[in-house]
Amino acid sequence: MKVLVMVKRVTDPNVTIRPNTDSSDVDLNNVKMAMNPFCEIATEEAVRLKEAGIASEIIVMTIGEKQSQEQLRTALAMGADRGILIETDATLEPLNIAKLAAKVVEQEQIDLVLLGKQSSDKDNNQTGQMLAAIKDWGQATFASKLDIKDDKVTVTREVDTGLQVIGLNLPAVITCDLRLNTPRFASLPNIMKAKRKPLEIKPAADFAIDLTSRIKMLHAESPQVREAGEMVGSVKELIEKLKTVEGVL
Amino acid sequence: MTILIIAEHDNTNLKDMTLNTVTAALAIGGDIDLLIAGENCQSAASEAARISGINRVLVADNACYKGQLSENVSALIMSIAANYSHIMAPSTANGKNILPRVAAKLDVSVLSDIIAVESPDTFKRSIYAGNIIATLQSSDAIKVITVRGTAFSPADKNGSATMASLEQVHDEALSMFIRDDTVVNERAELTSAKIVISGGRGMQNGENFSMLEQIADKVGAAVGATRAAVDAGFVPNDMQVGQTGKIVAPDLYVAVAISGAVQHLAGMKESKVIVAINKDPDAPIFQWADYGLIADLFDALPELEQAL
Repeated sequence: MKVLVMVKRVTDPNVTIRPNTDSSDVDLNNVKMAMNPFCEIATEEAVRLKEAGIASEIIVMTIGEKQSQEQLRTALAMGADRGILIETDATLEPLNIAKLAAKVVEQEQIDLVLLGKQSSDKDNNQTGQMLAAIKDWGQATFASKLDIKDDKVTVTREVDTGLQVIGLNLPAVITCDLRLNTPRFASLPNIMKAKRKPLEIKPAADFAIDLTSRIKMLHAESPQVREAGEMVGSVKELIEKLKTVEGVL
Repeated sequence: MTILIIAEHDNTNLKDMTLNTVTAALAIGGDIDLLIAGENCQSAASEAARISGINRVLVADNACYKGQLSENVSALIMSIAANYSHIMAPSTANGKNILPRVAAKLDVSVLSDIIAVESPDTFKRSIYAGNIIATLQSSDAIKVITVRGTAFSPADKNGSATMASLEQVHDEALSMFIRDDTVVNERAELTSAKIVISGGRGMQNGENFSMLEQIADKVGAAVGATRAAVDAGFVPNDMQVGQTGKIVAPDLYVAVAISGAVQHLAGMKESKVIVAINKDPDAPIFQWADYGLIADLFDALPELEQAL
């Protein structure tokens, strides 16, 4: 079974992002970048499927600027077999990412696509669902457990009321949630080995897909800052404040 | 403009976030239809018909919509999508699972988790863990939108919409519902409770969460948790508050033994009053709290429970 893992280069989740000087967009100059944490979980799951003898090959892909090769190398060091970078300097919407991914799925004859449920920068939570729609495949979002037998997969999903278990026919798209696994750290020998793994770079323009944005950012601003509060000395004082000053108890 | 809202419900009852989504739709303007897809969902549909401001409740009642399977519900929505200028849903697990699939079938983008309506094509949403509020304009013919419930007040329930049933069944046979392992929760729902009391990794184990539950039961609060507490297995995933869990904005949020990571703050910083109880005086959560109490939870929580 051929598995495609989609990963994304994002701003480091621990960095505070600010608007640019004219508030037309966010300021990403000199911001530390990293692999989206949910993509690490997707990569780990693919590697575990290969270790279990279920996946035969893991292809990791990303769509973005040239530097996104770093995130592909990270995934290769974790255990993916080869990488594909679809190179573009434009910031693409999930719909266009899904359209490009669908082409790779067709070219590579993929059986299972694993990706994160959302990215920590934009929190869109759309790409997997859109790819499944374009391919007309089944989808399982927010996966916390996978069980693959032949051409069927049973997925436990994290939903608002607890867990939901569904079955899917393969091929399918699965988006990964936090509790699916704990991603490994790549060992130094594996990081060295990853440098020699194949990594193909294709310009996005070669795919002949209209990648025009449908959503335009008009303005970016920082949220209102909360006023500093006060420290209370005891539980009694706290309850008093909540009852008389705030009226919330 | 004509707006379709996909209702969040459990077949018996409508979920509160549907009402917040109606308010967002009313801010856009135009006629509003509400879709209830489910199995034996007539009771939820009758409740939905009482929502003020909506015209029609469309009911699709069939076993294939059990568990809100995205493939089937999306196909159902696609069968009527051309009638609408906007398709909206609360930004719940179901809304997020279904609407991007519909959007891709329509070849349009999605505006996820909006927090304000500026005009029928312009909306605000929060990105970068709540550090940026972006104003976004959509050029798509049909706007597909999920709505952050806490950003809109709930619509009233004194209307009388007409009911229509959608008889054509859309079973795509791509996925199968197996079961729901629903966490039985007698308390208020996290996303609509007036008071939320949450615990972090400092709670040390799942048993200690009973101290939070006892307090919650006294004041009608919901109990939440940080990602760290869920990852550690203290409590189930449905209790997670934060950027990638549930977004809450109650009148009172009490953070117990929570350090205050940005990912947690992104899920609760719109709360009206924030209280932090932590024994570490340097915990970042204190910078966000209206009231901070430096105390060990094993002293403070029993005292709090007794005093309430």
